[in-house]
Amino acid sequence: MVDVPEELRYTKEHEWARVEGDRARVGITAFAQEQLGDVVFVELPKVGATVMSMKTFGVVESVKAVSDLFAPLTGEVVEVNAELGKKPELVNSDPYGQGWMLVIKLAKPAEAGELMTAEAYRRFVESAAH
Amino acid sequence: MRYISNTAAQQREMLATIGVGSLEDLLAGIPPKARLSRPLALPPAMAETDLVRHLRAMAATNADADSHACFLGAGAYDHAIPSPINHLILRGEFFTAYTPYQPEASQGTLRSIFEYQTMMAELTGMDVANASIYDGASALAEAALMAHAVTGRREIALSRGVHPLYRRVVETYGEGPDLRLRDVPLGDGVTDLDALRKAVGDATAAVVVQYPNFFGCLEDVRAAGEIAHAAGALLVVVADPVNLGLLTPPGALGADIVVGEGQGLGVPMSFGGPNLGVFAAKRELVRRMPGRLVGATVDRDGGRGFVLTLQTREQHIRREKATSNICTNVALCALMATIYVSILGKHGLRRVGELSTAKAHYAAAELAKVPGVRLRFGAPFFKEFALELPKAPERVVKRLLRDRILAGVPLKSFDRTMKQSLLVAVTEKRTREEIDAFAAALGRAVA
Repeated sequence: MVDVPEELRYTKEHEWARVEGDRARVGITAFAQEQLGDVVFVELPKVGATVMSMKTFGVVESVKAVSDLFAPLTGEVVEVNAELGKKPELVNSDPYGQGWMLVIKLAKPAEAGELMTAEAYRRFVESAAH
Repeated sequence: MRYISNTAAQQREMLATIGVGSLEDLLAGIPPKARLSRPLALPPAMAETDLVRHLRAMAATNADADSHACFLGAGAYDHAIPSPINHLILRGEFFTAYTPYQPEASQGTLRSIFEYQTMMAELTGMDVANASIYDGASALAEAALMAHAVTGRREIALSRGVHPLYRRVVETYGEGPDLRLRDVPLGDGVTDLDALRKAVGDATAAVVVQYPNFFGCLEDVRAAGEIAHAAGALLVVVADPVNLGLLTPPGALGADIVVGEGQGLGVPMSFGGPNLGVFAAKRELVRRMPGRLVGATVDRDGGRGFVLTLQTREQHIRREKATSNICTNVALCALMATIYVSILGKHGLRRVGELSTAKAHYAAAELAKVPGVRLRFGAPFFKEFALELPKAPERVVKRLLRDRILAGVPLKSFDRTMKQSLLVAVTEKRTREEIDAFAAALGRAVA
């Protein structure tokens, strides 16, 4: 079973969000990176950009596919993981840690309640796998 | 290429398979109004010898660059084409209807494209060039789309010195993504830099200048680049790679993207095509580039090999978010350019530029001695220049056909304010005798 940390919240597009006060750190799940294969490029928005819940904010490219990235929550981008420009493989090796993508300053904190819990995401992935 | 037969028996079999009685029944769904009710008006078949004679007689009524002294330019140029090009491209490995890209079957083709890309990158002073695009006009349109994608901005500041037909192709390509073109006027043959400064701002995705421009004049590319970059826009330079053996590569003058028409590199003018679209850019923009890219790699034994690379930019993988909808290249024309540059080499290409510009300046001086004829612009020019004539250029051009001279391109069809102007191009192929004969004939025509 793939790693699904309890303290995070999840989307059906396989992004995770770690909500801390009025901010949320965002990345893609271990399941997502496994499905994509070796990530070779990550395209992220600039600091200051606005992202909308469940709208695309960027693109992740692996050796075999290109996928859109969907924002779990609405808000302003206050940090971007510049390290991914040089080391996109961090998305594979440490998806919940060094492979993070954005920090969003939340405009609608209540949206977090609509995201899946770890338990719900685990069930979602299992049902998708069958 | 396999021959696929279509005999009467096979037709009957196909019709029977889909349950249709005859070819006529198959076409029954087409409204009679839309169908031709009589046979095609074709003359009876000729014997081969008669047909060849007939076609030769028709071809002889053309005025072409072999039968006439050609001073036509405006985007297509009569540069010399070394004979090994035609010999080599006719080889079966290259002369196919479609470019085979599979690395396991096509190392030769892929390698020739890789060499082409390397040559174009060096000539333009860019880090990376693609496997080619249809022509100079579509290459510029792709550059405008790319600048929009890179910057997220919609305005393209386009100098009036850019080929007017290229501008129209940019307009067409820009319709979907809603690009807005801003005209930047010329002052005495080159882009008015003050006007450019005013046209450029927060919304500008790219500044586009041509070097030398449509009228042959040499733009201050570096200054245009500084204006573009100060506003956070890209500098796109349209350049004829033939000239870049002599001129400073646009990459050294601040260009972010260099595009151009590569026809002059060993590709015949062919009455307007097929042409060769050159497209090159800086390394950091490579993921936004359109078109095919061949890369060098190593196989599992460590041997050098060539493959298509960065294909995730392309439509067959990225679908509607692809950088472009082009999924091919003009491989045969790119091969001609590769052979051309290989044969001429660094010094040969430089010499083509030197001879073209020297002969153009000689021609300009001689033609301007004709009473009533003068140079339209004062700016320095390369191998092409605009003349002001005392008589309608269309009529002068027609008159000079009798002397077997293709005198140039009247500019009225591009710009109604230039109804007295004739654009004249001079390549290394033109001789002093041809130029002197042109001046003498022009004298007679305008007298």
